[in-house]
Amino acid sequence: MSAPRAAAAAVSRAQVEDLFYREADLLDRWQLDEWLGMLGEDAVYLVPPNDKPDADPRSTLFTIADDIVRLRERVIRLKDPNCHAEFPPSRTRRVIGNVRITGVEDATICAAANFIVYRFRRDTSPYVFVGQYRNRLRRAGGELKIVERRAILDAEELGALGSVSFIL
Amino acid sequence: MNERHNGGGNGRLVVEVPKTRFAVSREAFVSGAVMRREQDAIFDHCWIYVGHASELRNPGDFKTRQVAGRPVIFVRDRQGSVRALINSCRHRGATVCREREGNARGFNCLYHGWSYNTDGSLRGVPGEDAYPPGFDKADMGLRAVARLEHYRDFYFVNFDARAEALETYLADAKDYIDLVVDQSPSGRMEIISGTQEYDIRANWKLLVENSVDDYHLLATHSTWLNYMRNSGVNVTPPKGSGLLLPTKGQGRDLGNGHLTTDNPNFRGRPVAKWISVYGEEAKADIAAIRAELVARLGEARASRVADTNRNLVIFPNLVIADGSSVTVRHFYPLGPDHMRVVAWALGPVEETEAQRARRLHAFLTFYGPGGFATPDDVAALEAVQQGYAAWREVGWNDLSRGIARNDDQLNSDEGHLRVFWRRWSELVEAHA
Repeated sequence: MSAPRAAAAAVSRAQVEDLFYREADLLDRWQLDEWLGMLGEDAVYLVPPNDKPDADPRSTLFTIADDIVRLRERVIRLKDPNCHAEFPPSRTRRVIGNVRITGVEDATICAAANFIVYRFRRDTSPYVFVGQYRNRLRRAGGELKIVERRAILDAEELGALGSVSFIL
Repeated sequence: MNERHNGGGNGRLVVEVPKTRFAVSREAFVSGAVMRREQDAIFDHCWIYVGHASELRNPGDFKTRQVAGRPVIFVRDRQGSVRALINSCRHRGATVCREREGNARGFNCLYHGWSYNTDGSLRGVPGEDAYPPGFDKADMGLRAVARLEHYRDFYFVNFDARAEALETYLADAKDYIDLVVDQSPSGRMEIISGTQEYDIRANWKLLVENSVDDYHLLATHSTWLNYMRNSGVNVTPPKGSGLLLPTKGQGRDLGNGHLTTDNPNFRGRPVAKWISVYGEEAKADIAAIRAELVARLGEARASRVADTNRNLVIFPNLVIADGSSVTVRHFYPLGPDHMRVVAWALGPVEETEAQRARRLHAFLTFYGPGGFATPDDVAALEAVQQGYAAWREVGWNDLSRGIARNDDQLNSDEGHLRVFWRRWSELVEAHA
């Protein structure tokens, strides 16, 4: 076993859980720059279309398919009061569960978690986003970084969920 | 209240004084009675988009859709003909196909087991011998929508058997569909996999207006403009031009209530205008796409295809936005203050993997429920609808921008929005 692979294989579920819980906390508190710091330099953030959850963003129209460049721009946008869809910012609360390490590929750890994200806006019924994160993680500088996040929504269509205008 | 505020409409919802003012009653956005009149006068008589030929590649391929409030199966039958069948069992009414899409040999009703062929004909009736002698299976197939016609692979239905032909109905909108389709060397565009289907808590007509309203770009989409600027794209209007946007675009009347913006491009086009967002490595490829256009269409037409954007409204509820990418979206009322939007990306069938990836990346920068622009449009339309709760006190929208001009209407004027409303008024208010 190569050294990077051995290091990846040594990551425990508890470490992955800590990562996901910290991430959820940052996102719920809109600490978006700190959240960016949890991502790898080449990270991608994907929300596939509800009807093609396993598709490739190069050939299928996604809801969100950001490379790190656009993801940084997304954070700039989300912090701007002229990001009207998120002004005032939504209140969100994430519940993460069923965390599992699903595989190790060289230095990359594949980890899945179920999520429920409640999003609240004034005078509106709660928006409840339910689904699964499929993340790819990698060790960088002694830290575990997210290098790919795929947030798969279980809803048959976005429908009443409307926009995915925040970080899911 | 002066006349400008109360509209002076004498009971009408759309009021125009030529060259002077144009007002739309907010009642048109909140009233259930108006929505029912729209159903009768518009959705039951106009050509309504149902789907694209590329979505049904093989015999048996089907999509189930809501069209003009009806459940419809858009299907290529086993013999290869495209059909629009009403998804309701002739026996007791259940939908006979409950999947979103797929490939079928036929459709079976879950309730009593009646089965239909993909062309709609009735195949089997369990316990057929209990029916009286006059029962004729040949007359009991799934009903087809009264009319189904297509223009350049865009299929429309009409529930009025006496409606004019689709090509007549489309009027000058055909020219703009042609400009979109001319991006493909073979004239074949395709709907790309992946559906964006989302609701907006606002009246459906607000999305018609919003889709072509270039006046809102600066206020609603400043974060998108910032992103473009940060990426090295020039989004500043020329000094002293009096323009709100970097280029001087127009709003156009295409007849029969259809309308479009027609704008010199500043925001990049996968076919075929490079911007820095695409990256240096895309430059040569986009130059090659452009060279193909010029060779096929000539310099002038190629420039028309590659250097201009159009947001096209096919009356009443289809938008083809050909800008940062091409999106086809239709939308329909779920209530006076609530709509469903269904949107896709469209691209030339010949695109390479890299070209397709670039098109989709460009699409998501602006469009869709996770884009940098559409969610703010949704926020704007929902804010508008919330404001309309006071329609009794603040009763009228002003749509008079540019109305006194003698020359062409700018894209940031409201001349093209007035085109929609005049047609809407002709149909809905004549029906009142």
